[in-house]
Amino acid sequence: MNNPQLNHRGELQHLLSIEGLPRDILLQILDIAESFCGVTEREVKKVPLLRGKSVFNLFFEPSTRTRTTFEIAAKRLSADVINLNIAASSQTKGESLLDTVANLSAMQADLFIVRHAQSGAPYLIARHVKPHEHVINAGDGRHAHPTKGLLDLYTIRHYKKEFTRLTVAVVGDILHSRVARSLIHGLTTLGAPEVRVIGPQTLIPAQVGALGVRVFHDMRAGLAGCDVVVMLRLQSERMRGALLPSAQEFNKHYGLSSEKLSLAKPDAIVMHPGPINRGVEIDSSVADGPHSVILPQVTFGIAVRMAVMSIIAGN
Amino acid sequence: MRPLPDAEALCAELASRIRPRLNPGTAMIGLYTGGAWLAERLHALLAMPQPLGLMDIAFYRDDYHKRGLHHDPKRTRIPFEVEGRDLLLVDDVLYTGRTVRAAMNEVFDYGRPRSIALAVLVDRGGRQLPIYAQHVGAELGVPAGMRLRLKRGEGGSLGLELEHE
Repeated sequence: MNNPQLNHRGELQHLLSIEGLPRDILLQILDIAESFCGVTEREVKKVPLLRGKSVFNLFFEPSTRTRTTFEIAAKRLSADVINLNIAASSQTKGESLLDTVANLSAMQADLFIVRHAQSGAPYLIARHVKPHEHVINAGDGRHAHPTKGLLDLYTIRHYKKEFTRLTVAVVGDILHSRVARSLIHGLTTLGAPEVRVIGPQTLIPAQVGALGVRVFHDMRAGLAGCDVVVMLRLQSERMRGALLPSAQEFNKHYGLSSEKLSLAKPDAIVMHPGPINRGVEIDSSVADGPHSVILPQVTFGIAVRMAVMSIIAGN
Repeated sequence: MRPLPDAEALCAELASRIRPRLNPGTAMIGLYTGGAWLAERLHALLAMPQPLGLMDIAFYRDDYHKRGLHHDPKRTRIPFEVEGRDLLLVDDVLYTGRTVRAAMNEVFDYGRPRSIALAVLVDRGGRQLPIYAQHVGAELGVPAGMRLRLKRGEGGSLGLELEHE
């Protein structure tokens, strides 16, 4: 099968999706991220690997948080970082996606970090860049957000050591979540025996069973015996689409409270991709409680992005 | 070529050469992988009071742009303050000098040491940089195109191995 993410030697050329990535590449990323965690704890949080390389943050959709973590990661690798908020520039002047990329390529780009509202946009760019240029998907439509999925995998491995005995629940708006999709593919590839998705019927895609997950509409039943609980952000715009009655109603059934969390294993960890809606999908007592690893996720996310960029740029 | 020397005997010999020139504040850093094994041995033989540091120079290699990141680097752990300290870097084989240069670059991202010395089990010549080891177990001519490195056996015994690159 022709995998657009891999070069002819089977090495990572672009990171577009966790789907289709072999287990050894996922593990390589997690292992190298572990080494970068050491770097981020030092006083000089910088290594010279990407000296002289130019990283373009191409954000066709606003996202301060993801853009910032990529920027920090690139700077810690000593790359030059250029942030382009395309939503507010050339696109409004009518320039096509590929013309924008061709122009940046003429400015000697090495790495494009792409966020786009359209699923598949990073694939289109990856097909048209020069052989020495690389593309990392920083979120495309409802499709994928692979570095976020990877940082979730890293966080799970950090606290739970291995995947092969874990029960993981992903809770909330699965339908619109590119994070959920990326994470589920990664967990399956790394051998997690049970992945559950929990949410109302309206927010779970009909064909989700094909990903090899168990579906629960009753949160209490779904949380029973879980080692890892991943809460997804409930985007307020979903409330307008008649998918949900209200935030309060959602919280009652699918919000993570201390009481519901007590049904999971006593040493369960709680994750959230951020930004969190307190009192909607997660109560403050849980978000700030002893099971929460939400802030460590952010720290690990930088090391994971350093690992992805340094692997890709070297291939 | 002569047969390879016995690594265990060389290690003991190297320790006895380092001992009289060691000051009590010196801290040791072993370079993965062979240098880390050797450093674990030397650190114990010399009963050094400072904890042992271990370093993987993968993020400082000068051939990254040609070779990329291929092996999985170990995490560098320096469990002491580098600033103002006398350091002893330990590697198994000294060849081009590029690994040692990368290691020195990494060291300086932890602080400014007072001095850095180098101890190696074998100096095989072939330097491409002006780098020199203060403590050497043995000098050994090895033809280019051959790789000489330290191996560690099941029971932890050290041995030198020569193979084609």
